[in-house]
Amino acid sequence: MEPLGTFEIIARILYQLSSVWIALILLFALSIAFKRRLGLYGKLFDSPIGMIGFGLVMFWVFVGIFGALDLIVTHDPLTQVSGMKNKLPGTPLADADEGQYGWYLLGGDNLARDVFSRMVKGAWIVVQIAPLATLFAFMVGITLGLPAGYFGGRLDTFLSFLANLILAFPVILLFYLLVTPEIVATGLPTMMAIVLFMFPIIFLGVLLNSRYRTQPAFRTPLLVGILGVSLWLYLALISEGGYLVRSVPGLPTVLDPFDIPGGILVVFVSVVFVNSPTVFRIVRGLALDIKTRDYVAAAQTRGEGPWYIMLWEILPNARGPLIVDFCLRIGYTTILLGTLGFFGLGLPPESPDWGSTINEGRKLLSIYLHPALPPALALLSLVLGLNLLADGLREESLRD
Amino acid sequence: MGLFILRRFGVMLLTALCLTFIVFFLTNLFPNLEKLAKTQGNQRMSDEQVQAWLDNRGYSQPLLTKYGQWIGVVPGFTKTLNDGQFVGTCVRPGQTQEETPRFCGILQGDWGYSTRFKENVDEIIWKRLGNTLYLMMWVMILMVPSALLVGVLAGMREGSRTDRSLSTFSILTTATPEYVSGVIFIAVFTSSTVGLKWFKGTATQAMDDPTFENFFLPVLTIALYGMGYIARMTRASMTEVMTAQYIRTARLKGVSFPNIVVKHALRNALIAPFTVIMLQFPWLLNGVVIVESLFNYKGFGWVLVEAAGNNDIQLLLAVSVVSVFVVLITQLISDIGYVYLNPRIRIS
Repeated sequence: MEPLGTFEIIARILYQLSSVWIALILLFALSIAFKRRLGLYGKLFDSPIGMIGFGLVMFWVFVGIFGALDLIVTHDPLTQVSGMKNKLPGTPLADADEGQYGWYLLGGDNLARDVFSRMVKGAWIVVQIAPLATLFAFMVGITLGLPAGYFGGRLDTFLSFLANLILAFPVILLFYLLVTPEIVATGLPTMMAIVLFMFPIIFLGVLLNSRYRTQPAFRTPLLVGILGVSLWLYLALISEGGYLVRSVPGLPTVLDPFDIPGGILVVFVSVVFVNSPTVFRIVRGLALDIKTRDYVAAAQTRGEGPWYIMLWEILPNARGPLIVDFCLRIGYTTILLGTLGFFGLGLPPESPDWGSTINEGRKLLSIYLHPALPPALALLSLVLGLNLLADGLREESLRD
Repeated sequence: MGLFILRRFGVMLLTALCLTFIVFFLTNLFPNLEKLAKTQGNQRMSDEQVQAWLDNRGYSQPLLTKYGQWIGVVPGFTKTLNDGQFVGTCVRPGQTQEETPRFCGILQGDWGYSTRFKENVDEIIWKRLGNTLYLMMWVMILMVPSALLVGVLAGMREGSRTDRSLSTFSILTTATPEYVSGVIFIAVFTSSTVGLKWFKGTATQAMDDPTFENFFLPVLTIALYGMGYIARMTRASMTEVMTAQYIRTARLKGVSFPNIVVKHALRNALIAPFTVIMLQFPWLLNGVVIVESLFNYKGFGWVLVEAAGNNDIQLLLAVSVVSVFVVLITQLISDIGYVYLNPRIRIS
């Protein structure tokens, strides 16, 4: 077969991504049709910047999801095909089997793997980890930041000192100390996971309890149900092979539906750990500001409990800046994940995540551009999309 | 004000103590010590040999004792081996038993001995920090004026075409981490494929002989990432100032637009970015580590990577002390500077 020309490569890539285009068009058509009924999300479609940002973000989300479903990838991201080492984009496979895709659309890397498929699979890793890690960081930050701002005093001094302590660490030094095979062997990341993953459960429990405290008949089954499920998820997340840390028994293997590999867990934990102090500071500042408002005083006069005021009076009124920061922070988390991959920390070296791929590609950068550039541009466009989305959201939420 | 600075210094010391203890704890976990023993001794050591190696070098003492020795409040570890050799934490190559001081810690001005470079830690740090400071100086020279210029130009006429394009530019730079922009720059400007070859892809020679050709790309890479953020802050502060009453008065009085911007708006608009610029230092440190690895420039960031990769405990501690003080001192300067620049705010 002949090598593909530039035009043909682009056409074939666009065709490979057709499922993504369909999903994007459907999403945008539905959202624009019903935008007046969708609140802040709908207003996003009034601002061109927000729409571009949202489009970029959703593009990568769909690429990640459909990539994981094997709708997009042309080759296995880990398989090496002989004769394809460092081959330019559009090179045909020397002897393609029946049913095998005939070309490396974006060329081969220095281990003769398909760059295009690796980039698509890398999107899935980011889409899996970044939003979830950011969400966890927010749970930790909110659960600690609200009482620090609301109660103040010693609690605030102590928690702020802790947050500043973590913030004073250069992120990379922290990563180098936490994300090594030696530290994973000590079980420290699992212990940190045990502590950090507890916060979402505490958050949910307190959130629901403070709201429905006055209706015990409704509250008790609700709490038992939700906390039961989240506790089970919590134990399933952190226990591996029936144990929490080495000899401490955890969830029996029968009830443990999934295991997170140690490498992924430590990456996840350290990203949450690095992000939560900043969220803490933002939430604390917002709580300090909002607690002086009249509606908080009114709730206090009504005799509402402090947690009700914090979670149902202060938090909803702080949502604007928090949503904007959430978008920015997903972008920042993506950058952090890339940094980890770039330094070869945490994820296995053959993993197709963008940071590792950039790191591998940069070694031969002066001769071959194609292995390093696609993941670099992918990361750039995703983070840019998140930034634009945050900008659009900020503009639209300030408007009313 | 004096009391405020004194209290800040107290908090700073406490933070540094806590942080170094955390670093100390993490580097002294057994798997890390085992790795250290195997890289320093040999890879095929048995468990007993590892234990003996650690015992002979004082690594098996209790954590607090070791930490006290590093600080310099506990006498250094010493031991005479079976073959009569005198070893200890304070012993440097070529020193006899009599010459060895009893204490050797931070308080005595001794930062320890690097197991990775076989050199005194303070010498390594000073040498490498010099390289990095030189890099940072040029980053600042490039980053701060251009960021302020972009921010002021974008903010003086909100919503104009200049504003839109400059704002997009600053969002783009904040969305490009150093390892992405560095790779793109190397690909475009140095590779033989694109063929521009304007710059050199490594900054190794820049340590002895920095020229525009080998030093500009690393500087640009760090500066770009930090620039967008400062520019956006400047823009926000500028747009706010431009809607102020006294600007309107100046316009009604008939002052020309360039005069309003330069003489009336600029001074007040630059207060907020000042804090942001100071707080950027810790972030620059991150960028420095990435860029130094990417361009092979042996500075402070490179030492950090080397020390962490080889579990060089004392070097790593010194690195963290330096970086923590950079972070805390810039915070202090930004707080004090903010008060001086803005008389409306006084520390209570």
